[in-house]
Amino acid sequence: MIAQVIFIIILGVAVYLFAKNVAKIRRNILLGKDTDRSDQSSERWKVMAKVALGQTKMVKRPLAAVLHFFVYVGFVIINLEVLEIMIDGVFGSHRIFSHPLGGLYDLLIGAFEVLALLVLTACIVFLCRRNIVHLKRFTGVEMTKWPKSDANYILITEILLMSAFLTMNAADYKLQLLHFSHYVKAGSFPVSSLIAPILPDNAATLEIVERVCWWFHIIGILAFLNYLPYSKHFHILLAFPNTYYSNLNNKGKFTNMASVTNEVKAMLDPSFVPESTGEPARFGAKDVTDLSWKNLMEAYTCTECGRCTSVCPANITGKLLSPRKIMMDTRDRLTEVGNNLDKHGKDHDDGKALLDSYITREELWACTTCNACADACPVNINPLEIITEMRRYIVMEESQAPASLNNMFGNVENNGAPWKYSQADRFNWADNE
Amino acid sequence: MDQKIPTMADMAAQGQEPEILFWVGCAGSFDERAQKITRDICKILQHVGINYAVLGTEESCTGDPAKRAGNEFLFQMLAMTNIQVLDGYNIKKIVTGCPHCFNTIKNEYPGLGGNYEVIHHSQLIQQLIDEGKLRAEGGESFKGKRISFHDPCYLGRGNNVYEAPRAALEILDTELVELKRCKSNGLCCGAGGGQMFKEPEPGKKEINMERMVDILEAKSQIVAAACPFCMTMLTDGVKHHDKEQEIQVLDIAEITVRANGL
Repeated sequence: MIAQVIFIIILGVAVYLFAKNVAKIRRNILLGKDTDRSDQSSERWKVMAKVALGQTKMVKRPLAAVLHFFVYVGFVIINLEVLEIMIDGVFGSHRIFSHPLGGLYDLLIGAFEVLALLVLTACIVFLCRRNIVHLKRFTGVEMTKWPKSDANYILITEILLMSAFLTMNAADYKLQLLHFSHYVKAGSFPVSSLIAPILPDNAATLEIVERVCWWFHIIGILAFLNYLPYSKHFHILLAFPNTYYSNLNNKGKFTNMASVTNEVKAMLDPSFVPESTGEPARFGAKDVTDLSWKNLMEAYTCTECGRCTSVCPANITGKLLSPRKIMMDTRDRLTEVGNNLDKHGKDHDDGKALLDSYITREELWACTTCNACADACPVNINPLEIITEMRRYIVMEESQAPASLNNMFGNVENNGAPWKYSQADRFNWADNE
Repeated sequence: MDQKIPTMADMAAQGQEPEILFWVGCAGSFDERAQKITRDICKILQHVGINYAVLGTEESCTGDPAKRAGNEFLFQMLAMTNIQVLDGYNIKKIVTGCPHCFNTIKNEYPGLGGNYEVIHHSQLIQQLIDEGKLRAEGGESFKGKRISFHDPCYLGRGNNVYEAPRAALEILDTELVELKRCKSNGLCCGAGGGQMFKEPEPGKKEINMERMVDILEAKSQIVAAACPFCMTMLTDGVKHHDKEQEIQVLDIAEITVRANGL
């Protein structure tokens, strides 16, 4: 009875804290500017099913894809087991599904155990890739102490959770063989039965092992749930809405800024009266709140895998630009803006901005807008959109483009070509041979 | 040129409307190397008897380099002016000689009121091959040559056009060797996003030199391009490696013209 009360309190606190943090992230995302992604819902469901659920963009790197698939399927399926643990915890029952499900339960437990072993193996390989092999993709200026630790914490937690799960089952299995108390025969336990011989033979000790692992496993899961909002691992949730709200246009299509359209129309046609858009908006983005909510959602979705940076031509050739850093900086700045909002209220200015305090101009001007980053992202994040918005701010609000680009702008404006040629000579190619 | 290049102004004066407008682009108009490709595209159009015209001195920059570099204001000014010119001639269909012009007119002009059917010259060549109007005969033989296609970003990733330019090469009796980074994984030449017009940021190498690694590894004898900016970057890369004797960089329009002896 006491155990049930403790369980319910822990569960309640965990769910409350998680909901609170999720609400905060949602609030932060909605600090972004509006952009309409409510169209083409059937196409959007398809993209989500393909990219997030089906993981189709992971296959470009087959080894990572297979290992990630184990962890992903393991995570989703083992949740059925967590459901049983929850019910057992609340009602004080033991393996409540085993009796009604019968043979199916045996099969399910078998599947969970095999998956748990695969998850365990995958996480160990992932740890080795990060800490022993030192894969280049997991390095870079933005991969400072915290992002590296974050990745390791996630993997170690998953290894511990899976180990506890298998040890719990092994102890349970052994107790079942001893026909001890309420530990009735529930299945064949294909993986944990193999480690059962390591455990002591004493029933009382086994029961302690089983209970400790049970509590460790479920408290671990609830703690991990509450770690998500502080971690890159939040992608397991946001990958779904983020792919649903994907940009469905050709990647080459950049947005046309409506605020600029009004000004240009008024310039070309003095009789044009623009529709009032309310307060004058800033051109482009200086800070995170100038970006769209979709850009901000992408920042929280990024799990720092580095596929974008590994295909970026600027990064490959040693320039400062790293698309992953663009996303991480956006997220970190947004978190800071959100915290300021909580601490100091709406009108506080901390004197910082995404531009210059986080992302330097040198990074922004190194981009070739080739879209390799956007194409490589397994969850359809587009760092290029943020880069473009920030260039727009530098050019249109500050007039601080590099001098050579200002020359190009001047030529385009005056000669209709990016070079210093006269428009009158534009057709001369027809005469040359 | 065998024939005079028809302009929209001439055609309008005679009360005619061409089937398609050939949008040449800035590089195609002014860059000496790209001018040759422009004339080759005209040769193809004339060879198959398509009724086409160019804007000549009435053509202007699409605004692409301004937009990618963040100058949305300048882009929209150019776009709206160009749309006025295009609509003034009642233009419905456009073929471009540059993936950047192609992308901009196709994707970004509709939002500003300019709606046209836009194709890149690789798509035109593919269509003509499919219709049986273009073959690879009567000209230079490419037999046994190792040809690699370099995907331009704004044709490939930008607009998912991967097969059309390859169709122009597959018709040749030759060996198509893909570069290590190709199609959606293709490596940029380094010119996009306004980089063509500025010095690169400090780094350890130039992007076109990085691309040369793939080209040398593939042992390509011909690198096929489909963008005048890629053409410049790749040609510079080959020159830098002193490989001008071993590796030719040719636009797919040039290859088509040579293969057909036009």
